[in-house]
Amino acid sequence: MSKIEIRSPLPGTFYRSSAPDAPPFKAEGDSVASGDAIGLIEVMKTFQEVPAGVEGRNITFLVENEEPIMAGQVIAEVEA
Amino acid sequence: MTIRSLLVANRGEIAVRIIKAAKVLGIRTVQVHSAADADMLAVKLADAAVDIGSPAPKKSYLNIEAVVNAAKAAGVDAVHPGYGFLSENADFADAVEAAGMIFIGPKGDAIRLLGDKVAARAVAAKAGVPTVPGSAGRLATIEEARAVAAKTGFPIMIKASAGGGGRGIRIAADLADLERHLPQASAEALAAFGDGGLYLEKVITKARHVEVQILGDGQNFVHCFERECSLQRRRQKVWEEAPSFLLPADVRTRLCASAVALVREVGYRGAGTVEYLYDEATGEFYFIEVNTRIQVEHPVTEMITGIDLVEEMIRIAGGAPLSIRQADVAAEGHAIECRINAEDPARGFMPAPGTISKLSVPQGEGIRFDTMLYEGYTIPPFYDSLIGKLIVWAETREACLERLRGALEGLVIEGIPTTIPLHLALAADASVARGAFDTRFLEQWLETEFAAKTGATAEVA
Repeated sequence: MSKIEIRSPLPGTFYRSSAPDAPPFKAEGDSVASGDAIGLIEVMKTFQEVPAGVEGRNITFLVENEEPIMAGQVIAEVEA
Repeated sequence: MTIRSLLVANRGEIAVRIIKAAKVLGIRTVQVHSAADADMLAVKLADAAVDIGSPAPKKSYLNIEAVVNAAKAAGVDAVHPGYGFLSENADFADAVEAAGMIFIGPKGDAIRLLGDKVAARAVAAKAGVPTVPGSAGRLATIEEARAVAAKTGFPIMIKASAGGGGRGIRIAADLADLERHLPQASAEALAAFGDGGLYLEKVITKARHVEVQILGDGQNFVHCFERECSLQRRRQKVWEEAPSFLLPADVRTRLCASAVALVREVGYRGAGTVEYLYDEATGEFYFIEVNTRIQVEHPVTEMITGIDLVEEMIRIAGGAPLSIRQADVAAEGHAIECRINAEDPARGFMPAPGTISKLSVPQGEGIRFDTMLYEGYTIPPFYDSLIGKLIVWAETREACLERLRGALEGLVIEGIPTTIPLHLALAADASVARGAFDTRFLEQWLETEFAAKTGATAEVA
């Protein structure tokens, strides 16, 4: 069982959900499909969805909600 | 009291602008910054700098307690809020004054009054300033909304009382739309602004955005003529000019006089801007809102009047009377400002923070570049994408456009995409040269003319 990393395409601020009172796109341990959004990146006051880009199970987030993030930083890991 | 030291409660190019004005006045400067901004230009230029918190604006530049504590600890006489962030936050102005310092801007009560769009409409009406036809005040019931719409017709704008800067606006195309939108708009306004109050305004479909720069010391009030800011994308200004060159002289006189009447009504102190929609077909203008701070586009006014607005607002805050009378304010020539953003116009204006590998700024008569950039600077992703403003002045608008084209070609920013290509295209456009545009021009032009020229995709996300 190998881990696959999901990296941030952009620098900015990472959000787990689409709005402060909305549920997270993905909960810890969820399975993801490649096209699923796993979060939002706020970059210069605009919001971009982050697609998982991979398929996998049991997602683990390595970045907290509302934390600054660098381009290329690992946001989450999934099991292949 | 004369201000001997001030804290700059902002970042980016406006922080640099404020520090430059303070230096001219012999004022010591203290610059606040977030953890992400320790190497910004304003920090290097200021006499001292204070880290006020993490990168997220609400933990640093929007944190009233952190900013006021930094100012107190630094022992400054005054706080300059710049634009955006806390600049129009009445509680911040009050907190600065309560801590025994001067807020460089109007009193908290004036900010509160003019910041409430419904109250500001009432002030305008009292001062004899025409307002956009719509509800007399906050909407109380849906029946009232129906009655207003019956008079103004559709489409109609639903606006949040506490909104502004293009935020908190919905457009209803018909009665069913209005009834559907009202409850949602109220809930949204409550969530976004902490105030669910709404009002209605008729949509003026073909309008220019014109605005009047004013200065007041509480007793005397002058205007510094108007600016034309119709070229907007997503309700954000992209290109601004002074004067609004197609405005008939008699309209200009009435427009500027109305702005002075409005600020006189509230005994305004400081620099401010009264914004209007101007309907070219009818020659009518309508008040929209007052911005109780320095504006991004203030340099075009400075270029045609020779007045340093930032220095003047600092002097007024220090208790000095206005240094100019209306008769002293003369406009000469034409100025255009291009907002240079760290965005890729060829990819739907995708924001593009990053490191500046090369910077070359054009020099010459009538050319000014307000910026926070330097070679090697890394623009952080947490804030606005504005990285500089190229301002060009010449004796006529035609000569100004010509000089602007040269200046844009001479402005080299490498390492990130910028909106310079957009401005080059605008500066070469025949409609722009004729002044044949309104507030809806730019978005259509981007989808057609600009997309054809660049193969650009109009929008992403």
